[in-house]
Amino acid sequence: MVGGGSGVGSGLLENANPLIYERSGERPVTAGEEDEQVPDSIDAREIFESLFLHLTHLIRSINDPEHPLTLEELNVVEQVRVQVSDPESTVAVAFTPTIPHCSMATLIGLSIKVKLLRSLPQRFKMDVHITPGTHASEHAVNKQLADKERVAAALENTHLLEVVNQCLSARS
Amino acid sequence: MAAVAALEAEAPTGALWGLVQDFVMGQQEGPAGQVAADVKSGNYTVLQVVEALGSSLENPEPRTRARGIQLLSQVLLQCHSLLLEKEVVHLILFYENRLKDHHLVIPSVLQGLKALSLCVALSPGLAVSVLKAIFQEVHVQSLPQVDRHTVYSIITNFMRTREEGPFVEELFEVTSCYFPIDFTPPPNDPHGIQREDLILSLRAVLASTPRFAEFLLPLLIEKVDSEILSAKLDSLQTLNACCAVYGQNELKDFLPSLWASIRREVFQTASERVEAEGLAALHSLTACLSRSVLRADAEDLLDSFLSNILQDCRHHLCEPDMKLVWPSAKLLQAAAGASTRACDHITSSVLPLLLDQFHKHSQSNQRRTILEMILGFLKLQQKWNSEDKDERPLSGFKDQLCSLVFMALTDPSIQLQLVGIRTLTVLGAQPDLLSAGDLELAVGHLHRLSLVEENPQSCRMAALEASEALASLYPAAFSSHLVPKLAEELRRGESDLARGDEPTKCSRHLRCLQALSAVSTHPSIVKETLPLLLQHLWQVNRGNAVAGSTEVIAVCQSLQQVAEKCQQDPESCGYFHETAVPCLLALAVQASMAEKEPSVLRKVLLEDEVLAAMVSVISTATTHLSPELAAQSVARIVPLFLDGNTSFLPENSFPSRFQPFQDGSSGQRRLVALLMAFVCSLPRNVEIPQLNQLMRELLELSCCHGCHFSSTAAAKCFAGLLNKHPAGQQLDEFLQLAMDTVESGLSSGPSRSQTFTLLLWVTKALVLRYHPLSSCLTARLMGLLSDPELGPAAADGFSLLMSDCTDVLTRAGHAEVRIMFRQRFFTDNVPALVQGFHAAPQDVKPNYLKGLSHVLNRLPKPVLLPELPTLLSLLLEALSCPDSVVQLSTLSCLQPLLLEAPQVMSLHVDTLVTKFLNLSSSPSMAVRIAALQCVHALTRLPTPVVLPYKAQMIRALAKPLDDKKRLVRKEAVSARGEWFLLGSPGS
Repeated sequence: MVGGGSGVGSGLLENANPLIYERSGERPVTAGEEDEQVPDSIDAREIFESLFLHLTHLIRSINDPEHPLTLEELNVVEQVRVQVSDPESTVAVAFTPTIPHCSMATLIGLSIKVKLLRSLPQRFKMDVHITPGTHASEHAVNKQLADKERVAAALENTHLLEVVNQCLSARS
Repeated sequence: MAAVAALEAEAPTGALWGLVQDFVMGQQEGPAGQVAADVKSGNYTVLQVVEALGSSLENPEPRTRARGIQLLSQVLLQCHSLLLEKEVVHLILFYENRLKDHHLVIPSVLQGLKALSLCVALSPGLAVSVLKAIFQEVHVQSLPQVDRHTVYSIITNFMRTREEGPFVEELFEVTSCYFPIDFTPPPNDPHGIQREDLILSLRAVLASTPRFAEFLLPLLIEKVDSEILSAKLDSLQTLNACCAVYGQNELKDFLPSLWASIRREVFQTASERVEAEGLAALHSLTACLSRSVLRADAEDLLDSFLSNILQDCRHHLCEPDMKLVWPSAKLLQAAAGASTRACDHITSSVLPLLLDQFHKHSQSNQRRTILEMILGFLKLQQKWNSEDKDERPLSGFKDQLCSLVFMALTDPSIQLQLVGIRTLTVLGAQPDLLSAGDLELAVGHLHRLSLVEENPQSCRMAALEASEALASLYPAAFSSHLVPKLAEELRRGESDLARGDEPTKCSRHLRCLQALSAVSTHPSIVKETLPLLLQHLWQVNRGNAVAGSTEVIAVCQSLQQVAEKCQQDPESCGYFHETAVPCLLALAVQASMAEKEPSVLRKVLLEDEVLAAMVSVISTATTHLSPELAAQSVARIVPLFLDGNTSFLPENSFPSRFQPFQDGSSGQRRLVALLMAFVCSLPRNVEIPQLNQLMRELLELSCCHGCHFSSTAAAKCFAGLLNKHPAGQQLDEFLQLAMDTVESGLSSGPSRSQTFTLLLWVTKALVLRYHPLSSCLTARLMGLLSDPELGPAAADGFSLLMSDCTDVLTRAGHAEVRIMFRQRFFTDNVPALVQGFHAAPQDVKPNYLKGLSHVLNRLPKPVLLPELPTLLSLLLEALSCPDSVVQLSTLSCLQPLLLEAPQVMSLHVDTLVTKFLNLSSSPSMAVRIAALQCVHALTRLPTPVVLPYKAQMIRALAKPLDDKKRLVRKEAVSARGEWFLLGSPGS
């Protein structure tokens, strides 16, 4: 689905010093959320917050895990591009690669997809795609991300799984 | 006689001979320490030790010789400071000679030389001679690591005090060939040498003298330019260390190359550590050039070096795509942070450029980046300001900076506003920079930013913080431009309240109160804001405004913040106390008077939460009181409560007498909480008048049934006074009185529950100060765990005993709180609790578990860990207890243990998995959250232990992903994510 180790390496030189955006901070806990009785529906902010993935390995360096950047800080994922309907059990996330030729686009999309698969109840149908007009091979990437078999196969690939796990690992 | 003397002289040497034999032939280690101690205490001389060793040093077997020299070296390592110059000469000659010996002997010889290299009494030339001998006789490069380390130590020791001119290059070669250190300690290394030790000791040698500079700097540049990350880091750090001893002369020829390498690393690196080390090295280089003492004819290299940096970085600040702005700004700031001269040179060149760029870019995002950079340079100015007051490099840019900051403050982007607020604070901190006009504008902006409701919390808080900082510097500007506006708002708020609640206006009103307390940082401002706040409370009380308890509490919170700000200034502190405390008491006393139709408002003032808010104002206003004022105040307030003497209160024409202890009115009794706030916050040396009567009244009220609030307040007040009272007859009397009251009250009757509360607080007061009677009271409390009526309350009581209070028995309120009281309580009482649990009938067992889990939960974890194996089975049992308080307390106790005691916890993994998963579907949300946090923490147990549960866990955790509560889902998401990563590549 994407190239092996060479793909990761080339990411280093592409955009070594990306513009960094501020994180919006954690959502304050409301009284309703503390009330045992009131159900809170799953909303875009909640999905968005669960997508604090660490991209250091892809963007800056494989060796320096001290200051991982999140997708939000790179503006790859924004809350406005997360659409969710709890009653209809659907989620759509659009992400924006850092540059139009970013070779990491598929890998970023895959990481988002895996994170959603692990974090959302099974009833949800999810769609992960590139923000329209932000990547040279937008359609090709979207097609791959929508293909269940390819996604499953990608996760069988130890090397890919390793990179995805690094992105999903809060500890690194 | 002579024979006896001879025997005495011989006896110790005989003992010495025995010790030497034990060490050398007997292969025992102990005697070495003994011999060293004896030499230290003067029983033997070093010479005697050498004589006793005699034959072993000449033994044909190298192992024996090695052992003999080892003993001598160990003694010298401990006693080198006792050696005389002559002895050192002989010993060095001996050791130099031994360097020719068998390779088995060398390590011990080097140890001896290391000891001698530490001697102060070293004749000139000896150091050279030792080094010469080492390099001639031993091939240092092929020694084992430990011994190489010893050689470095010898060199470092010599370097510290002496210069080894003739050998600079040889020394450099023999040491630098190890640079950069590439060493991984072998498993089970008996010497325990870490890579970092070697790096640091080699660095100490290399950076010990400027004479190495001409050889070392090219090597460092070469290694920075290499591809190996660790070599880059080590080289940059070593360069940093060198700058501490180098001067301009050493650096001169290498500056262009050093700068080129550092610049390249910061611009291109993939690693933030390399970036940070590069910046640190640049900082040190600049600092070194700045402080070098120059010969009259020498050129000052600082200016040309800085010009170089500026030339390479300036243009990046102006590129439209802003790609390298941050690395460039960081380089410039690293250099500018090194000295005043560097700072002025760089700032004067960069600031106009950045000001210009700000206007060239139109997007808020880009402007924010530029303002952040400006802020960085301004902060550096601040760092150097205090030293040199003649020149103000910023004054020429002041107007431009101000207009730029005000633009930022009115920008729609919150991020830009936030940077603007921070920049304004930094500008304000520059002495004499801002004009009166600038300040007026600034205050206007801050007023708007802290009150406008659309602003997010972060922005309002930042504006309040800035107001707080600037108000202490410019009190006049805030007094004249902000306080009147806030006063006006407050008055408008009163009339709004009178018309009825309108949520947006009310919240504006609350923000106004916050702003008033924020700016009360200067005594002159407090004199204006405090009367405003108090007047506002009177208005509320007079019924001119309809206010709920939230309004009164908000005013009290503001008062409390003002009181906190006054604490450090004795004058303000006294002013606040004398003004606010009588006023609050008067309001409360008036509200407590029984009237035919008490107004809604007066009832509001007597509510639990409102009184609690007043309590914290009064105690904050009391803790820092001067002894004179405290004495004066206590002489008024105690008679107010005991005798109803209201003469010192403002507006003191009350409809009836104030007699909280005699009178039956429950309203008056509630005010004992305010008495508590005052007397329990006084410094310990303040004498309390009528103490005996006061204590008796408190005791009586504490057992009075009917009003839980006032009886608890009385019990707490009694306990607070007890805790501070000096040991002696009077204290014993009070205690006896308390014990009698407790015993008679607990036996039966309507006030058992009140009496229990008294017991609890008295116990706490004594536990905190380690009073001998505390164990007896704790035992009484423990006995109540099986009481059918009081058992659950007793169990909860353990939580109170172990936690920190906020109103009484606090360190801030001068209570006697011993730091280890929790540990001590644990050691003294947990065995009895465990025993009690086993002996207790089934129906009261949960009380014991609850008490136990409260104690363990509050205990510092290192104290708990050694006891864990015996307590764990009880804790696991507590997880099955149906009481959700027990479950929650136990879960929060177990969670950190999973992280800190993985080995012990691993033994119970099966039970833990089952119980945590069960509790993750508890009806209580808090229990579900805590259980999921424990499920998360389980992943930190050793992977082989938990990996078998991975599939089960991932399946089970799918359910809480769909929990109806968001906070639960959040924990489930992070726990499940961790379980997915467990044992998976890349995690």
